[in-house]
Amino acid sequence: MASKIGREPMLDMFIFETLQQLEELEQIVISSEKTNGLTESAISEIFRIMHTIKGSSAMMLFNNITSLSHSIEDLFYFIRNDKPQNLDNSELADKVLESVDFIKVEMNKISNDEDVDGDAMSLIEDIKMFLAQLKKDNPAVKIQDEIQIIKKETSQKYYITQSKIQPLVEKNTFKAIILYQSGCEMENIRAFTLIHNLKELTDEIWYNPSDIIDNDSSVDIIKRDGFRVLFKCEKTVREMNSFFEQIPFIEKLELEEVSYEDEIDQFLEKRKIVLEDSIFNIEKAEKNKDSATERDIQIGSTGQSIISVNISKLDKLMDLVGELVISEAMVTQNPDLRNLVLDNFQKSARQLKKITTELQDVVMSIRMVPISTTFLKMNRIVRDMSKRLDKEVKLQLIGEETEVDKNIIDHISDPLMHLIRNSIDHGLESTTKRVASGKSETGVITLEAKNAGGDVLIQVKDDGAGLDREKILKIARSKGLFNKPEKELTDKEVYSFIFLPGFSTNDKVTEFSGRGVGMDVVVKNIQNVGGSVSIDSTPNVGTTITLKIPLTLAIIDGMTIRVGKSRYTIPITNIRESIKVEENSVIKDPNGNEMVFIKEQCYPILRLHRHFKVNTNITDITKGIIIKVEVDDKALCIFADELVGEQLVVVKALPKYIKKIKGVEGCTLMGDGGISLILDIPGFLNNQ
Amino acid sequence: MTKVTDEIVEIDEDTQKDKFLTFKIGNENYGIEINYVTEIIGIQEITQVPELPEYVRGIINLRGKIIPVMDVRLRFKKEPIEYNDRTCIVVIDIMDISIGLIVDSVSEVMNINDENIVPPPDIKTGFHTRYVKGFGKVGNDVKLLLDCDKLLNDDEISNLTNSF
Repeated sequence: MASKIGREPMLDMFIFETLQQLEELEQIVISSEKTNGLTESAISEIFRIMHTIKGSSAMMLFNNITSLSHSIEDLFYFIRNDKPQNLDNSELADKVLESVDFIKVEMNKISNDEDVDGDAMSLIEDIKMFLAQLKKDNPAVKIQDEIQIIKKETSQKYYITQSKIQPLVEKNTFKAIILYQSGCEMENIRAFTLIHNLKELTDEIWYNPSDIIDNDSSVDIIKRDGFRVLFKCEKTVREMNSFFEQIPFIEKLELEEVSYEDEIDQFLEKRKIVLEDSIFNIEKAEKNKDSATERDIQIGSTGQSIISVNISKLDKLMDLVGELVISEAMVTQNPDLRNLVLDNFQKSARQLKKITTELQDVVMSIRMVPISTTFLKMNRIVRDMSKRLDKEVKLQLIGEETEVDKNIIDHISDPLMHLIRNSIDHGLESTTKRVASGKSETGVITLEAKNAGGDVLIQVKDDGAGLDREKILKIARSKGLFNKPEKELTDKEVYSFIFLPGFSTNDKVTEFSGRGVGMDVVVKNIQNVGGSVSIDSTPNVGTTITLKIPLTLAIIDGMTIRVGKSRYTIPITNIRESIKVEENSVIKDPNGNEMVFIKEQCYPILRLHRHFKVNTNITDITKGIIIKVEVDDKALCIFADELVGEQLVVVKALPKYIKKIKGVEGCTLMGDGGISLILDIPGFLNNQ
Repeated sequence: MTKVTDEIVEIDEDTQKDKFLTFKIGNENYGIEINYVTEIIGIQEITQVPELPEYVRGIINLRGKIIPVMDVRLRFKKEPIEYNDRTCIVVIDIMDISIGLIVDSVSEVMNINDENIVPPPDIKTGFHTRYVKGFGKVGNDVKLLLDCDKLLNDDEISNLTNSF
């Protein structure tokens, strides 16, 4: 079915919006389950979301989604209007979440271009049963609603007839002044009847006084001045005369055909004001009556202020801005301008620089998104797991407003999910065990994000039993993982074994974890985005796993160095210090490897010019500069010609044709349009 | 009506068919199909990248896009020469890979019809015939038509063992 729909942008939009709404729905359900009861606003919100999904999926012809969301909509319609008393919140939440999962699976199929063939029938039946049960328990009261609907419809009809009043030129225009027989009484009622009769002939009637029914004084005016009517119809004067003759109690009739423009204006103007007024009033009344709908509309319109943009467009934008910054430098620092006094030019150039810098900041900030969406997803996992494993778990979120580059967010969602699962399954003890060891019944998992320089630290902390050193050692022993004597292993090293592939301390394989796949995947995923994972644990207090992730992949703070004609950039986070060394602090071992003493410590020297085979005049170690770099307790001294300067650089990948180069993780464009290679310091260190 | 549009499409495709950009390396004339070529730029500053084969000179910044450059002279095991103002970089695009080819000088764009192209002989007579997919005859001249695909993707070492 999906393949028939060739309108990709629309499908994209549908997937994006529906997924967003499902996420929202999930949060509402979970949070209201926590507070033990659905608030009225939550119910109408769920109703609204389901209604939207129903509508859009029907439009896209995904019938199974439509019928499922329809049944949920029905359910919540009932809950909203009848407010049943004995509602089983937990069961309701289950039903909704199951449906959300179903739709998510289907959405996944849609985005993968597969056939949307999931069968929602059993789910729908379930929901219908649930609803039927609810209805049985709570006899329905619906009358109020229906009345409201009728009211609304009638008022709308009225509004439409009013708007029909529009002058047409083709017809004859008549002016009539009617004087009723004295003593006939109720002149206003008679006038009204007359207007009513006239309405059968024409839509276009203006009369004076206009408020014949509502205003009693109109009787006097009609008595004194007569009832003045202006109308347009296709009839001739004679036909109209005979029409009026049929009307009783008319004393005197002045009927004449008039030209439209002349006579109608004064009438029309007065009437128009009244007309507009009344329309306005109707609108106002309707607004008040249906404030709920209006709120919905407002919610809809605030949603419009956010647009979704393809990330590749942002990448392109960032490239262009990078280009702009370079071109700006090329213009303002053009060699042709050297030694010229150009006050006005300099002023404009400064202005340009200010704007480009600002533009660069804005583009960078667009890519930064708060981590909260990823964190909130974890609520669902905690809920499901705690239900299945029958453990009381509370998820505490700290610092979810921390902003991280969009690319990175996408990469940490899965690892976090693994870690949370592990924490609940292995970390937290069963409720009975917890009580026995004097802890509160509810286990607490803390998910915390914070900025630390150019990195974001994400911690998953549980207050469970902690890691079992002996157990890990035993497994490590059986798998032969030791690389040094057992006694010398620090706690941290022992704990790090669990990051190795195929390592599981869990005896049983459960639905969620224990297969030994997971931790190594976590580590790999985090390393892919340039981060690292560390673990800390205290017996009976808990385990903390810390993910250290760079704030952004796209931009790094780098120190540019020069070797010969080539330039290289070292990420500033890797640099500890840079120094000039004396001849006597450098020593050579028998193999010719050079080493340098800095503050009583000995470090190996890596000569970049030799390593990369670059021609340079500076080979004397005292003439160049030594940069000490460090990653995870490993250190190395890099020898280069000179430091060029520190700056923020936009990381670009090497072209596809050039495959992975050892020691180079990318390249960046310099202010003068040249290219600098970004050194892969961890790569260097691991080669040592 | 449809026939007319069909013809237009055909003509459109035809504008690039049989057209070759010819360039010189040493005394030989080479040609590559014009639809691979994105642009021709003068020689510019090349950033050295370690661990690459000698004929890939490094990378250049092409308006924000970073592309590798290959010296065709070195690729064909000829003596390197100093780059001068006649030296050009022909930027080609094959299967989403952009690469610059450094050539001694660019000559012209010319038509070489299929009937004027002869396939290379079966017997490998020299090293660089590996990258030649045909000889184009233009008047008394012969242009060596390059197989860009092989130029980029053929592993040099396997070539060496095969040809000598």
